[in-house]
This record gives sequence, C-alpha cells and structure tokens, in this order.
Amino acid sequence: MPLEWILSKYNYWISAALMLIGFYTMISKKNFIKKIIGMNIFQTAIILFYISISDIENRAAPILVAGKSDYVNPLPHVLMLTAIVVGVSTTAVALSLIMKIYKEYGTIEEDKLLEVR
Amino acid sequence: MIQNFPILVVILPLITAFLIPLIGWWRKKYCLYISILSILSVFIISIYLLNSVMASGVVRYDLGGWEPPYGIEYVVDLLSIFMIILIAFISLVIAIYSKKSVEKELSDNIVAFYTLFMLLIAGLLGIVITGDLFNLYVFLEISSLTAYALIAVGEKRDALLASFNYLIIGTIAACFILLGIGFLYMVTGSLNIADLSAKLPEAYSLYPRVVLAAMIFFVVGLSIKMALFPLHTWLPNAYTHAPSVVSALIAALMTKVGAYMMIRIMFTVFGIHFVTEVIPVTSILSWVAAIAIIVGSINAIAQTDIKRMLAYSSVSQIGYIVLGIGLANSIGLTGGILHIINHAFMKGCLFLAVGAVIYQTGIRDIRDFQGIGKKMPYTMAAFSIAALSMVGVPPLCGFFSKWFLALGSIESGKWIFAVIILLSSLLNAGYFFRVLEKVWFGESPHEGVDEAPKSMLVPILILAAGCILLGIFVFIQSSFIKSIANTLL
Repeated sequence: MPLEWILSKYNYWISAALMLIGFYTMISKKNFIKKIIGMNIFQTAIILFYISISDIENRAAPILVAGKSDYVNPLPHVLMLTAIVVGVSTTAVALSLIMKIYKEYGTIEEDKLLEVR
Repeated sequence: MIQNFPILVVILPLITAFLIPLIGWWRKKYCLYISILSILSVFIISIYLLNSVMASGVVRYDLGGWEPPYGIEYVVDLLSIFMIILIAFISLVIAIYSKKSVEKELSDNIVAFYTLFMLLIAGLLGIVITGDLFNLYVFLEISSLTAYALIAVGEKRDALLASFNYLIIGTIAACFILLGIGFLYMVTGSLNIADLSAKLPEAYSLYPRVVLAAMIFFVVGLSIKMALFPLHTWLPNAYTHAPSVVSALIAALMTKVGAYMMIRIMFTVFGIHFVTEVIPVTSILSWVAAIAIIVGSINAIAQTDIKRMLAYSSVSQIGYIVLGIGLANSIGLTGGILHIINHAFMKGCLFLAVGAVIYQTGIRDIRDFQGIGKKMPYTMAAFSIAALSMVGVPPLCGFFSKWFLALGSIESGKWIFAVIILLSSLLNAGYFFRVLEKVWFGESPHEGVDEAPKSMLVPILILAAGCILLGIFVFIQSSFIKSIANTLL
C-alpha cells in the first residue's frame, strides 16, 4: 500500500527531488555557470509541480474537441508560461552579469574570485 | 478615464520605460524629463485615488472586464494607497536628484539607467496595487530583475559580484514565494487575495499541512526579499557598491515593499487568527526582529565605509518594521507601518546626502569626513537631521515610530522588546555621532570643495524637511495609519 501510494504520486516526488537538486546546486557549487544551471533546474521543478496540480485523471487537454466535456484545469499552464518568461529573463540577466564578471576578473570560480579581489 | 486610474498607476511608468529608449536615441537629456513627468502624473493620480478611497472606501478595478476571482483585480485600499503615495513621492524626489549624479557616475548608460528606473517603479507600484497573488509574483520579479541590473549598471568591479550574489539569493526567494502561491492554489483553487482569505479557513481544516507549508515558504521567501537577519547577506554589498542614486532608491523603497508584502500576506491572506494562534509565526518573527535590530546596529558600528554603515543600519531598521508586524497588536503594527514611511524618508535622505559628498569629493571612508560640514553645510545639515531622526531624537519622525513600537511591546506584555528598542537607539547614537563629530568638529583637509549643485541639494533638503514635518505632524499620519492597522487586524 505505501509503495502504491508513493508510485501514484511519482510526478510530485520527481518535482521535489529536482527542486532539492537545483537548490543544492545553487548554494553549494563554486562555479557561477553551475549555479545558474541549478537555478534553472529549480525553476523547471516548480513548473513541473504546477503542471502536476492542474492534471486530473482521464480528462482531456483544455482544447475544445467535439464529444469531450471534461477538461483539466488550464490556468496553471498559463501561469507557467509567465513563469517560463520570468525564468528566461533571470537567466539572461545572470549570464550577462557572468560575462561582465569574467571580463573584469578573468575567472568565474568563487574561491578564485576571493583571491583576486 | 477616471475609473481607469488604478491601472494607469502601473501602466504609465511601464509605457514610459518603453518610450525612453526611443527618445534617448534622439535626445539623451529628455529621458530625465519624461521620467519625472511620468512619476509626477502617477503622484497626482495617487492623490486623487487617496481622495476617493477616503470618501467611498476600497476602489476595485477588474483587468479586461473579467470579474474576480477569475480575472486579475487591482485593489486600492488604505494600505495600498499609502504605499503608492510613498513610492511615487520618494521616486519623484530621487528622479530630480538623479540628473547630476547619473551624468557623472553613469555617463555612458543614461538611457539604460532611466529605462530600468521606470521599470523598477512600475514593478514596485504593481506589487502594492495588485489584488492577485500571481500578479504580485510577476511584479516582484520585474522589480527584482531591474534592481539586479541597476546595481550592476555602474560597472564597478565589486558591484557586479554584489549584483550576482543578490540575483542568486533573490531568485531562491522568488522561487519560494512561487511555491507558496502554488500550495495555496492547490488547496483553494484561487489566486485572488480577497477570495483566498475567505477560502483559507476551510482549506486549513481539510489540508492543514499544505497551508502550513505555504506559510513557511512565504515567510522565508519574503524575509530574504526584505533582508531580515539572518537572511540579509545580500544587502550590505548591494547597497555599498551600487551607484548612489540606486542605493538611495532600493534602500528607501525595495525593502519597504517587501515589508508591505509581508503585512499583506500575513494579515490579509492568512489572517490575524492564523498567524498568531494557529502557528505563532508572529512571535517567532518578533524575536528574529529583535536580534536583527541589535546585530545590525553592532555591525554598523564596526564599519569604516559610510555606505556600508548605512546598509547595516538598514538591516537593523528592517528589524523595527518586522517587530511591528510581529507584535500584531494595533499600536505595534501602527509603529511598524509608521516606520516604513519614516525610514524611507530618513534612509533616502542619508543616502542622497552621502551621494552628494561622493559626487563632490569622492570620499567614502568615515575617517575622511573631517570637517566636511564646513564645506557643504546644507548637505551635512540635512544628513545630521536624518541621522538624529534615526537615533530617535524628538520631535523628529524616527522617535515616534520607536515610541509606538515600545508602547506596542508593553501592551502585549513583552517588556524585553522595549528594552531592545532603547538599547538599539543608544547603538544608533554610537555610530551616527561618530560621523557627526567628524563632520562638524574636525579641521577640513578638503580644499576647494563646494556645496552640492542645486538639483542635488533640493531633494536632500525636501527629504530632511520631511523628517521634521512627519515628526511634528505625527498625529495626522498616526491616526491614518492606526485606521490602516485596524482594518488589517
């Protein structure tokens, strides 16, 4: 029974695991690009979480089709489109900052930066 | 036209942000004037909105004609209009100040600076006016992203690292807030703040753990955004290395909007019963705030760079606001909200005055401030007024927020917080009098240093006058703020 319960919610487990992986990467990796990769994993995990809560079993995608009356909740998908845009812009700002940092210091490793500063 | 005023508050700065690159491509100097014009019109609109809120209660605006809770709703209540007027006024003053400072510090990036400046204002105004949680998240990200860029726009080496550090920590906070919103949406199926607060008690009885998790994510995320100790590590570097205008802007407004979000989510969404009795998050916050007040002040004493000293002083002042939220009684919350406006004026004035000194002389080390008061008397007089107000000398405004906070802590039977407020006032006096003594009673080694230009001096003096007037006429705003606090509790 517990195994079944765990398996039936596998999308939430995957999303929680991805969140933790992303969060850990953001705070533990010394390389700035790796931090940004962690940030993207974290944001993607949240997108997966939102899409999971919108889904209802045996219901159609929210597109009007003849003969279907039950649809999944379309709102979280729309919210996540916005969140994707936010994620892309954050990544863009972060990457351009990293470029500037590399030009100024010649490195993007946190421990080496502390030495040259 | 008039019924569309709530949306215009956000749309005007947003459109201006898109117009500025076009106009700047033609004539760079017009960027400033169009920004000032746009903020001024927001300020006039907000005065009108204040009138209609006072006359007929909460003003609601449905975006695109979609009825709430399905569509996005903008809600202008007393707390929102208070924050809108504060943001519009402070950013107007800082925009006037920015002319000379930006010409000198960011001469290559004038157009980019004003574009980001207007986007930041649009984001902050959006946060305080929206009645929809996801919309709040989007505006939060707009204001945060522009703040990261504005800190780095000066392209000093250290500013880049400070900005990157802020970006990483700020994104973690935003992700936590987004998760919190997701948990609330999961159990209530609603994103509208008014609708959520009506549905939450029932949702809590069905799914207590989910609501608790949402609460924790919100509190941690917002604490990072408003730099509450011990999650303040991004703040000192960001404030120290940013251009002077940006330091003043984010010190006066960004963390205050964080405090607004915390008040809104704790008291409007979750409700006073939930945050004080179901889980005692307010009493935890008040203890954290008490530690923040002391640690921030002690750190400020240890600094030699004046901007870093002011930054650590901000950490301690955030503690006062959170203490007001944590006390969660009428007088305490009044003190907290009063400190939002008072601290915006005081810290804005201090950062602008320091910016003027850096503009004229380039000095930042407190030991070099010897006798600068004789060379720049008006700037340093304003600095002294704001500093005395931070210490809490009556009748300046800083005294009254501390007074209300102390009364609030005594009323809820927590004498220890009143003692902490007194102790931190002494610590404040310690680090400000150290500067004031150098400024006024030293022999000046600065030859040929003049008073700051008028376009910088006038905004500084306006904010200093604000510190005095907000103190003398405290009964007007305190009765207004008390009615805000009573609607929240």
